[in-house]
Order: sequence, then C-alpha cells, then structure tokens
Amino acid sequence: MKYFTRLRVRRVYKWRGEPVSFNRKLKTYEYGSLAISVEGLPKTTVINTGQHILIEGEDEDNPYVAKVIRLYGDESGRQKKAVVQWFARVSEVPVSKLKLLGREPHPQEIFYYQGRSCDDEVDAESILRPVQVKQLDGAAPFPDGDRDVLYVKLSWDSKTFKVLDSELAPESPPPPPPPSCPKPSLPPPCSPPAAAPASRGPARRALPTPDFAIMRRAAAGEVKVSRATMSARKASAAEAESLHSATKQSASKCLSSKRRTASARTPGVRKKLELSSPEKKSMIREDVLSRLLDEDLESEVMLAQRLSASPPQALPLNHSLGPARTAHHAAARGPFPLKPAAVVLAKLPEEDSPPPSAGRDSTRATTPSRRKEPKTQKEPAMGVLAEEDSENCPMLPVAATPRSSKRKSAQLVSSRIRRQLNLLDNRLDRDSDSDGEDEFVPSRKELQSSSDEDDDDDDGEEEDSDEDAVFFKKSRRASTATPRSKQRTRSSARTPRKTPNKKVTPGTPRTPHGATPSIPSRSLPARQPANVLEEARTRLHVSSVPESLPCREQEFQDIYSFVESKIVDGTGGCMYISGVPGTGKTATVHEVMRCLQHAADVDEIPPFLFVEINGMKMTDPHQAYVQILQKLTGQKATADHAAALLEKRFSNAAPRKETTVLLVDELDLLWTRKQNVMYNLFDWPTRRHARLVVLTIANTMDLPERIMINRVASRLGLTRMSFQPYSFKQLQQIIMSRLNKVKAFEQDALQLVSRKVAALSGDARRCLDICRRATEICEHSAANPSGSGLVGMSHVMEALDEMFSSAYITAIKCASLQEQLFLRAVIAEFRRLGLEEATFQQVFVQHQALCRVEGLQPVSVSEGLAVCQRLGACRLLLLEPSRLGVLQRVRLNVSQDDVLFALKAD
Amino acid sequence: MSKRKIQEAHLPIGECITQVQEILRERLCHQQLPDKPEGLEAQHKHLLELLKRTAVHGESNSVLIVGPRGAGKTMLLKCVLRDLLEEKEAQKNLLQVHLNGLLQTDDRIALKEITRQLHLENVVGDKVFGSFAENLAFLLEALKKGDRSSSRPVLLVLDEFDLFAHHKNQTLLYNLLDVSQSAQAPIAVVGITCRLDVLELLEKRVKSRFSHRQIHLLSNPTFPQYLAQVRTQLSLPADFPDAQFAEDWNASVKTLVEDRSAVDVLQRHFNSSKDFRSMHVLLMLCLSRVSVAKPAVKPADLLEASRLCFSDAKANILHGLSVLELCLIIAMKHLNDVYEGEPFNLQMVHNEFKKFLQRKSNSMYNFEQPVIMKAFEHLQQLELIWLLDSSAARIQREYQLMRLMLDHSQIMEALQKYPQCPTDIKQWAMSVFS
Repeated sequence: MKYFTRLRVRRVYKWRGEPVSFNRKLKTYEYGSLAISVEGLPKTTVINTGQHILIEGEDEDNPYVAKVIRLYGDESGRQKKAVVQWFARVSEVPVSKLKLLGREPHPQEIFYYQGRSCDDEVDAESILRPVQVKQLDGAAPFPDGDRDVLYVKLSWDSKTFKVLDSELAPESPPPPPPPSCPKPSLPPPCSPPAAAPASRGPARRALPTPDFAIMRRAAAGEVKVSRATMSARKASAAEAESLHSATKQSASKCLSSKRRTASARTPGVRKKLELSSPEKKSMIREDVLSRLLDEDLESEVMLAQRLSASPPQALPLNHSLGPARTAHHAAARGPFPLKPAAVVLAKLPEEDSPPPSAGRDSTRATTPSRRKEPKTQKEPAMGVLAEEDSENCPMLPVAATPRSSKRKSAQLVSSRIRRQLNLLDNRLDRDSDSDGEDEFVPSRKELQSSSDEDDDDDDGEEEDSDEDAVFFKKSRRASTATPRSKQRTRSSARTPRKTPNKKVTPGTPRTPHGATPSIPSRSLPARQPANVLEEARTRLHVSSVPESLPCREQEFQDIYSFVESKIVDGTGGCMYISGVPGTGKTATVHEVMRCLQHAADVDEIPPFLFVEINGMKMTDPHQAYVQILQKLTGQKATADHAAALLEKRFSNAAPRKETTVLLVDELDLLWTRKQNVMYNLFDWPTRRHARLVVLTIANTMDLPERIMINRVASRLGLTRMSFQPYSFKQLQQIIMSRLNKVKAFEQDALQLVSRKVAALSGDARRCLDICRRATEICEHSAANPSGSGLVGMSHVMEALDEMFSSAYITAIKCASLQEQLFLRAVIAEFRRLGLEEATFQQVFVQHQALCRVEGLQPVSVSEGLAVCQRLGACRLLLLEPSRLGVLQRVRLNVSQDDVLFALKAD
Repeated sequence: MSKRKIQEAHLPIGECITQVQEILRERLCHQQLPDKPEGLEAQHKHLLELLKRTAVHGESNSVLIVGPRGAGKTMLLKCVLRDLLEEKEAQKNLLQVHLNGLLQTDDRIALKEITRQLHLENVVGDKVFGSFAENLAFLLEALKKGDRSSSRPVLLVLDEFDLFAHHKNQTLLYNLLDVSQSAQAPIAVVGITCRLDVLELLEKRVKSRFSHRQIHLLSNPTFPQYLAQVRTQLSLPADFPDAQFAEDWNASVKTLVEDRSAVDVLQRHFNSSKDFRSMHVLLMLCLSRVSVAKPAVKPADLLEASRLCFSDAKANILHGLSVLELCLIIAMKHLNDVYEGEPFNLQMVHNEFKKFLQRKSNSMYNFEQPVIMKAFEHLQQLELIWLLDSSAARIQREYQLMRLMLDHSQIMEALQKYPQCPTDIKQWAMSVFS
C-alpha cells in the first residue's frame, strides 16, 4: 500500500464491534467505529462516525481534515472505506481566492468544503487520527491557545466563501441508508452528483485492487436516478447491473437491454441470474436483440397512446432519453463499432417521433423534481463513462469526446453567432446587445430555435443522423434548464461576466513586500468616442475584445471539446496549434477558456485552473517553470527549484486535485539545446495523476518535426490543429462583426481592404489597422462636403498605399543630386563588372566621370564617402563597415530597375 | 546732439554681435524648436492626432517615423509633444519614456530605464531588481494592471528603433507592441529610425503586432526653397533689441543669397545634400567668422566655410607626413598600378622605393630597414594602409599583406599642396612608369 511505505510507524486498522448493517447488493458491511492502533504501542484510537479526523495527504505537516460520515468494509474485511465530508485548510485554498475572504485567515482555520471535484470516499487506512474541530460564529474571534483545535467559520465551494448558516450545517450528512437500500453511496447532497463520479474515476485508479462493489454501486446509482420514477427498486438495481455489463460488451446490447427494462419488465429471476454470473451475459445477446425488435413495435403502440391521450410523460420521455445517451457512450468509446447504435437510433424516431414541440412541452410542463432529473441523468452517465474508460483504456483517444459536450459547445457557439448575426441584420437596439453579453448561456427559447436551425444546416461533421440530434437536443434542453436557474440566483450576488477574467489569472503574481506595481491612474478621465468614426475606430482596435470570434467556429469547437473532455475525464493531454500571426490562435484559446470557465462557474464541468505563459514574455526558456509555479501557487522559486516543485505536483496523487489547463504561447522560444523544458511540459500530462492539459501555440506547422527531438515530439502527440490565414470573406465578416451596427464604411471599401489583406497575409490585425487608418483619413478629409461621411474607396486606397507601398522609390526621388549620381554610378559599375557588388573606389571613379558629364564640380573622396554613407543609412545601399574607407564594398538594396525608374521619373 | 540720440536707440556694436551670435547659434544648434515644422505639416498633424488619441481617449497606438538623417524626425516629434502638452488634458495624463537604441543596447538596460522613467521603482521601495526575468515580469504586470480608461497613457519613444530590433528575440519590442494591441494600459510606441527597410528587421510575430503606421519624412525642396531657408535661418527676428542693426543684418543676408558666388556655393551644397543639418554646419562656420570688425556674412566667408566643409580628410593627413612616408605612399601607389590593386607587403614597397633611389633620386637617400619599418607602422596607425587579414598578425611584419586606403586623386592633391616637396618625388609620383 502506498501510504505504508511512507509511514515510519505502522498502524493497524480494525473494525470495532459488529457490523451495524449489511448491504446485500454491494456486499458491504457498515460499521460504527474503527480502531487504530500503532504497532508496538498498547494505545488504540477509536474513530466513530461523525468524528473529525485527519487524513494523510501530500503535505505531512498539514494533513487533510475531514469528518467521518460512514464507515464500511467488504466481506473479506480487507477493504476498509470511509465516506467523509472534507474541510479545506487555508493552505488548500488558492492564493488568489484568499482575497475573497476579506481578512487574514487564521492559521488554524478550516473551511467546510462544498466543492464537487473531490472524491468523498477515502481509504480508511489513510486516516491518521481524530482531531478536534470547533464551529465558531461568523463574527466571533478566534480563541487563542490550543494549537490542536481547528476552527470552522465559513464554507468554501472552490469559488466563494459562505457563512455556515447554522450549527447543524456541517452535521447534516444524509443519514446512513437502510441496509436494503440500493443507493448506499450516493454522494452527500452538498456535492452535486454531476461531477463527483467524474473525479472518482482517476482517484480509484490509485487503489491497489479494483473495487467491484463501487463500480457496481456507481452504475446502480446512475441508473437509479435516471429512472427515479420506477418504483421497483430491486428491479432497477438488477437492471443497472445488466446495463453496466452490457456497456462493456457492445453498444447495441446496452441499448437493447436498457430499452427492454424501460418498457417491458422482465422477470426478476433472470436478472438475478445475470447479477450472480456476469460473465454469462454474452450468451443472452440473441435474446436481447430479438426482444429489441419486438419492442420497437410495442413502443410504437405506446407512443400512439401517449400522443393521443397525454399520459404521464415521465416514462416515455425517460425511455427516449436513455438510448440516446447510451449511443453517446458508444460514440465515445472508440473501439466499439458505431454501426449498431446508429441502426437502433435510426429506428428510434419511428417509435418516439415526437414533433419537437410535443417533446418540449412535456419537458417544460414537468414538476421541479422532474426538472432536476434529466440533469442528473446525463451527467452521471458521463461520469461512469469516464470511470470505465479510465479502467479499460487509461489513455483516452482524442477523438473520443463525449458527444453531448460537443453538441453543447456547438450549440452555444452557433447560437451566439447566430444571435450576433441577427443583431446585425435586424439592427436591434444596443441594449439587447449588452444583454446578450451578460447572458452567457442562451435562453431556452433561443437555444431551441437555434438547435432547430441546426438541423437544417447540417454542419457535416455530424456523423449521426439528424434524428439523433433531436434526441440530444431534448436531453440538452432539459439539462441546461437547471444550470440556468442556478446561474440566475447566483448572478444576483455577482456579475457572471467578470468571473472568467478573474479566474484566468489565478495566482496573480505578486511582488514582494505586498507592493503591486501599476501605472498610475489618470487624473482626468478618458474621453469617450464622440462620433461614428471614433466609435468605429474604438471597435476596430485589436484590443477591443469581441463578444465572439467569427470564422473560427470549427477551431473553437475542436479546442473546446478537447479541453472539456479532458477536464470532465480528469485526464491530461497535449495539443499543438499552429498558424501564421494574426489568425486568432491565442484569441480563440482565450475564448474557449472563457467559455469553459463559465461552464465551470455554472457547475456544468468541474472547476479547473488556467495558467498561461508566453515564450516571448520570458527572458529565458527555464523561466517557464518559475512563471507556471508562480501562477499556480503564488510562490516564487528559482528555475531549478520550480521545476522540481512542479515535477512533484504533477506526479503525486492528491484526492482534491483540479485539472490544470496550461497555455504555452510562442512555443518555439522555449527551445533549448537539450529541450528539457519542452520535454517536461509534454511529459507531465502523460503522468497518471497530473490532470494537466497543455495547449501549445506556435507559428509554423512543422515545428515538432523541425526543432524537436524525437522523444519530445512523440510526447507532444499528434493532436494538431492549424489555423489557416483568413480568406477575404472571413476578414470582411470579422470587420462587420466588430463594427456591429456602426455604419462607418462603404461596402466596397470593406471588400477592398479584406481582399487586399487576404491576398497579402490574411492577418486580421493588419486588416483592422488599415480600417482604423482609413477612418482617420476619412475624418481629416471630412472637411470637403463631397464625402458622404462614410469611409469610402479613396480613403481605404490611401491607407493601403501608406501601409504597403515601399518608400524606396520616393526616397530615391527625394535624394540630392550627388546621391542620385552615386546610385547611377553604382549601376554603371555593376554593369561594367557584371557583378552585383563593387568597392567604393571603383564606384567613385564612375561617379567622377558622371560628374564631369553632368558639368558639376568633381567631388572629393570624403564627400563621396559621405554621400555613400547617407545612402547606406537609409539602406538604399548595403555597405561594409565604414572604417574600411574606400575599400568598402557597395551593394544595392533596391532592384536596379527601381532605381532607374525613380531616376528617370523626374 | 543728434548723434547721441541715435546712440540711445542703438546698442553698441559689440553688444549687437553678441546677441546675433546667441540667437543664431541657438537656432543652428537645434536648441530651439521652430514654431512650425517647415514642409512637414501633414506629418505633424497625423502624429499629433495620433498621440492626442492616446493621451485623451486612452487608445493604444504604434507608429514609426522614418526619414533620412537630418530630415527632422526628432524635431517633428518634439514639436508634436510641445503642442500636445499645451493641452491640459494631455499634460496631466501623459507619461513619457524616452529610449535610445544607442544607449539602451540590450533589453535588460532598456527595461531598467523604462522602470526608472515611469517611477515604478519607488513602488517596491529601494529593492534593487535582481534578475532580468523579474524585471520583465514586473513591468509587464504593471502594464497589464492598467486598462484603457483608468490608467495614465504612456508614451514610449524609441530613438534608433532599428537597433532595438537587434536585441535578443526582440523581447522588448514584442512586449511593447503586444501591450499596444491588447486591452492593457494604453501606450503609444513611437519609433524613430532612418532605415527604410526597418519593417523587414522585425520578426514576423512582432511585425504582425505593429500597426504598420509609418510616417515618412521625405521632403523634396527645390533650390529656391533651399535659398529661402538659408535666408530665414540667418535672418534676425523682428523683436531684436536694435532694430537698425537687425535691418542692416537682414539686408546683408538678402544680398548674400543673391550673390553669384554665394549661390554657387550653396548650389554645390544643395547638390550634395538637401538636409538641414549640413546646411546648419555650413552657416555655423560662416557665423563664427562674424565679428565686430566685420558685422555681416560675406560671400567670401561662405566660400571659406564651404572649403572647410568639403576638404578631404585623408588628403589633409598626408600633409603632415614626412617625406619618407610620402615616398612609401607613392611606392605603394605604383605597386597598385602595376598589380592592379593586389595587396603588397613592406618588402615590396621597400624594393620599389630602392628602385626609385637608384634611378633618379638626388634629394633622397636610402634609409635603414628599421627606419622604413617605423615609417610603415606609422602609416598603418594612421590607417592609411590597412592590414588585409587580421588573422595574419603572426606573420613577420615585413611580409604582412597590406592595402592602400587612398585614392590616386587624394595622393596627387596632397602632393600639390605639400610644403616644399622635392621636385623629383613629384615627378616620380606623376610618372606612369615606376
């Protein structure tokens, strides 16, 4: 056992007394207390339920604090488990969040932990000893003295501190369920079921032996909630068993078994059989398939009934939801064939084929309890999936993204874009615009409409049929409903708009002495834009953050689903993003992070940390460690020390770990001769407990092949994405979306800019800069009344000329006579030599001759050298260092034709 | 009586001359900004608008001022800043940081200088910044903290911008331009450079972040404009204390720019270089010849000043050489003629010299080898001859290959003016055959 190797003293754990109860299904015995004795010492410590305990963790000086809720063990007595309610120590709260406390935390203060990302089930053998915890009133001072007592005042849910409402708050875990209850280990209500199973998966992996009981329980729990309306508990448990094993075998089987149990009750005897001998299940495949076909007919009849006479909607709806979700299992589980699922799904609409409105109505009409249900239905399913995946194939293939999440992000994005475009078209007033910004999750109505449209324009990457999408939408619609309401309640406390920003920089780096450097603030306020052109200019500035990024929907979705799946699964991975400058790489990733942060804020996905480093913003590649560490934990260290600390952090298991998303911008600058920085960055995500997602950005597509040695490139993996330069249509759309409804440009002018930039570089920054310059030119020329006040072609042309035309020819035209003569002499000498290079001495002879031809006084060598130097300073000529004097070699930096053209023109 | 009255209105002549020197020197040494930049009105307006938007609206910008040396880039910026600071709104807000690529030769020094000029070092007490990395993180964070509407705008002037592009990774430029393209503290980055190809120096990421705004100062004045400029530069202002003297002075300037020989001199200068700085040098030389005895600039002064300006530096050095050294130079010239510019060594030069002595020398006699060697080394120190390959320093002195750094015309010119040059040496130099 892992912990034993670390301990200096060997502890012996024994149950005290007889089991209080026995769970027949899970084969677990529940106990009232646990005795811990240290080997060689007579004293034993007794742990009872309801007692506060210390649990071994990463830091030996500050073990985790928790409260025992239940104690149980398996039949053999080897596995001893405890379900606990965690408390967070001050040191466990991120530094950046401690500010929310508004005061200095007491060293012995702990917080009632309400976060969801941690496993509430621990190995009993990690328990160290009981500890005394006192709950204090919010305003009461911390008593001094006893160093062993810990104090609780507030609760901590990984985002905010809340006052513990009553003395009872921490003591309200659910009472131990009756022995026959099939839901023995439902997580306590304080931790929403959504995320708990997700994090459970990786944590379990640390255990030495696979715990079948828990797997079973998880499956049971999941199905139980999903079918809460079912009264026969026993049947449900048994059915869950079958479902669980079925998913392991084939998706189609899983579907069929589920459908079977949902519609027609099979005798309990059969299930008992399945339960006791799971390995025989493969033999009943034929049965199931045949029954499936029968059922299709059966359920069609049922549907007809339901449609005619508005029956209780719960059952049919559940029924339709179930298969859809399992299909998503199937899609996600790469190795299994997709076909069967698709076949079944294609059938589904026939039996269920609700006109979308009917299904929607039914969802809306549900009671509060019903509304809660779909959410729990969906999420644990994903959790279980994660768990299974992590056991079957620990390295999740990238493509195996949960379908629903992809769907969700796609909907979010598409709806937002659509909304924006609507705004553009309909020219709605500005209020609705700002409204849309605040409301991140589209309202249900919008979502529905957008999802309906989604069906019409099939985005091609959907390998499933449209009918499938309908099902998803239904489940999504139902599930987004709950977070929505939750968010609304929260938004009263703080604006959701701000939270992502706050989270983006978790440990804001601090300078020592608590001083924070900043540019002093203005003594006079900044003026606001006054007219349309100024307004347009403000909007076109690269820095003004657009509310969405048009033309990067596909990339956004891919990155979103990649990161989201990793966060949900609690695994790690790398992604390489390439593209020429100004194609929105960093902006897209930031947008993804903003959306994910928002999703985490409304509890759709587990919380995570986001850290960003930029190769250009550090002086040395090894500073990357220092910056990552500082942003993660707020501590300062030297590069070597920071590397060691990060190594430790990412290789140790911790029950309460959040996923870290690391964005490495300008990756190519982290190159070192040994490449150890890059090696580490890509190696950490592959560690078992790292939970690290690394997104890397660089300019060249073949960077991994070009500069990385094999072991680094191999660890980076093949998850690549490249951002293509924008096409002129995309650039036009970008400007339009930025301008929103400010009418400042003529349509032709916009098209000219975007075509020109697309032809040159496809750099969106360039495009915006040109537009900005054009507004300025327009403003200056606004004096003449002929202009319409809009930026027209002429203004844009002028701006383009200013930015793209080379000044060489003008410079030659503006040069003095001797300088022009010298250039002519250079060309003459080049022609004579047949080379593109000559010494000053040679050119000077030609120069003298030309002077005589032109009837000018011949210049001295010094003067000639001065002329030559002036041309060299402008880089019309390329020169060797001037101390070489007459021996320096001269080359033209412009083409000869350009020079001759410029000289001839005047 | 009447004489005394006139005396009262007039300052003594010495006083007047002092005043003239003071006013004109200030003008010619660029210590006084012109009221309006001549010929650069459009650029002035563009830059002023741009910086005003940063100062007043908090909009971040980046711009390059490009123009040949002496075109008035810094003058333009100074004028703009002067006009900008007349506005109260801008004056109270704007923070200025001036960097020069010749002073801040790497990013570490530049960062320290920025921190110092922003007075940020006071925030952390007397703590001396440890590492470059800390310094960078510190400054970036300071800039990140700010936002468009609340922080004071910062104006960063990077003189000799092209030199900053040679810093390692262009870290400073990347970060400054990145700040100017993101929603952080508003900054305006103004780069001043004379290189037309400066954008090609920027790394692609840095280039993408630069706004590509370039203000080119390429003015093309005609000769009459140039003459008018000379006149205004030399004219005394109307508020000169002695009106009579000023009138006289201005009249003399007018006759000067109409004088035939003076115009020729100015035309020659104009042909050589149109920039104001070289004109100022010329006028400065004239001005320094103005005295109580000669209270006006005469065409002769201009001629003399022009002669000083155009005199050849290398030829002037030759005037100070000994006859032996001159002989060696002539020998080298002949070697160059014979071998078509191939390098030579001391032995070859000495042989050439000995041949001359044997044939027709009556004023010179042979010198010992060490004396020749000494003369040779002296020429090398004056950089009149150039060691071909510095890696050949281990080769014996006599055989190190050298090149002559003088043009034939320079040698001949020097010989013409060399005081008491022996005739046979002159003849030897002019003879085609050695």
